[in-house]
Amino acid sequence: MIKYTFTKFTKWSVLKKLIFQEIDDLIIGSIGIVAFMSFLIGGVVAIQTALAIENPFLPGNLIGFATRQSVVLEFAPTLISIIMAGKVGSFITSSIGTMRVTEQIDALEVMGINSFNYLIFPKIISLLLYPFLITLAMFLGILGGYVATVYGGFSSSFDFIQGIQLDFKVFHIIYTYIKTILFAFVLATIPSYHGFFMKGGALEVGKASNISFVWTSSVIIIINFIVTQLLLA
Amino acid sequence: MITVNKISKSFDGVKIIDDISAVFDKGKTNLIIGQSGSGKTVLMKCLLGLLDLDNGEILYAGKKFQKDNISTISNLRKQIGMVFQGSALFDSMSVLDNIIFPLRMFSDKTDSEMISRAKEVIKRVDLKDVDSKFPSEISGGMKKRVAIARAIVLNPKYLFCDEPNSGLDPKTAIIIDKLIQEITVEYDITTVINTHDMNSVMEIGDKIIFLIGGKKIWEGSKHEILNTDDKMINDFVYSSELFKKVKLTQQKS
Ligand SMILES: Nc1ncnc2c1ncn2[C@@H]1O[C@H](COP(=O)(O)OP(=O)(O)OP(=O)(O)O)[C@@H](O)[C@H]1O
Ligand SMILES: [Mg+2]
Repeated sequence: MIKYTFTKFTKWSVLKKLIFQEIDDLIIGSIGIVAFMSFLIGGVVAIQTALAIENPFLPGNLIGFATRQSVVLEFAPTLISIIMAGKVGSFITSSIGTMRVTEQIDALEVMGINSFNYLIFPKIISLLLYPFLITLAMFLGILGGYVATVYGGFSSSFDFIQGIQLDFKVFHIIYTYIKTILFAFVLATIPSYHGFFMKGGALEVGKASNISFVWTSSVIIIINFIVTQLLLA
Repeated sequence: MITVNKISKSFDGVKIIDDISAVFDKGKTNLIIGQSGSGKTVLMKCLLGLLDLDNGEILYAGKKFQKDNISTISNLRKQIGMVFQGSALFDSMSVLDNIIFPLRMFSDKTDSEMISRAKEVIKRVDLKDVDSKFPSEISGGMKKRVAIARAIVLNPKYLFCDEPNSGLDPKTAIIIDKLIQEITVEYDITTVINTHDMNSVMEIGDKIIFLIGGKKIWEGSKHEILNTDDKMINDFVYSSELFKKVKLTQQKS
């Protein structure tokens, strides 16, 4: 499937439009939920940390530090990707699956259009912008943590900001973006696969979306584990 | 002209198309008829190369249809138009964009040339005021017309229609049948139509191929089908009261 996606290209003028359409659907359309979720999760992480370390001997900047670590390393890339497996993934599976059961994919093939390239390639390209979404999630996650910490009275603004700058490792950021790129690829391909090769009618489209979510999120978790083992352990 | 030589196709060990040979003529409406489940759609998908054959070969104007020969295949594909059983219009596009789609993919026309060509075929299939509507906003009969318009917009040499009038009222069904027949004659194309509707058979059955359980058991014209002695065909043809009466009046006169 991947091989066919990158062969026999659709006309560029058409492909360009499809890519912009996908960016709109998959990336722009997800900004809202990503922003909302990451801000609140960042807040919760900060509060949890603050409550766990209510010990006057621990430095006040620890909350900022812990929030940054958990948001940047795990919550933004992994948790948001699992949420995206539900949002973007099931959208991809159901839209391709519907095209399958209503013979729209056959219609493309009859016209001599490589349906893999036509349908999947624009999704993969548009998800190259996925790291921007995750960057946004990191930023808003930390901001959420800041707001919760400072306005919750757990620590001072100065301490928090010092905390998020503490012991900063560039490699952690690289690690996060490696994960993010891999997740983006998984988000584009596994749901497409489940849509493309489904059989049956409308009911099966729903089932395919379900199965696709289970697979996509499981693969994300497994990749997360492997990459973490390889790069951080 | 399309020639089919001893083709077979099985799914999971069950033969759905069983050693069929046939010729589909140019400038005629060639009908594939048979009961639901007899293999009409599968046969058509084999003709189109959407399904791989187990055995046999298919020739378009004497040239073998081979999937691995990419350049001849894509050339041939541009000469093929197809109307699917459920119309298969692209949900995400307006009616006009659906019809322009093949032009956009395969012609070098400018936008305004494409629109004027699309308007031409829209007029040809008698559609009005639907250009900017979406497939979910138009009726079944209109969808068929849009599908026909999309199928003929590139001036194909071959037109395939899978039950073009299923789900339509008898009057609209006949209008659609007639439309397909007129287009076939007008542009001198090879048209293949799947149907199980005896009304269509009597209207446009230039050449008829009869399938039972994936086997071709009879072939002839609409005149011959009424007078054959074959029991299985008579069972199919005279399954409705109307056609029984037709037969009776014929025998009387
Ligand atoms: N992809 C497939 N896999 C397995 N079996 C199939 C497949 N497609 C069709 N069949 C089987 O082939 C047989 C013929 O199906 P087909 O769709 O060709 O019938 P049909 O003559 O077009 O019927 P209808 O008039 O209802 O459209 C059916 O028994 C169907 O179950
Ligand atoms: Mg059928």
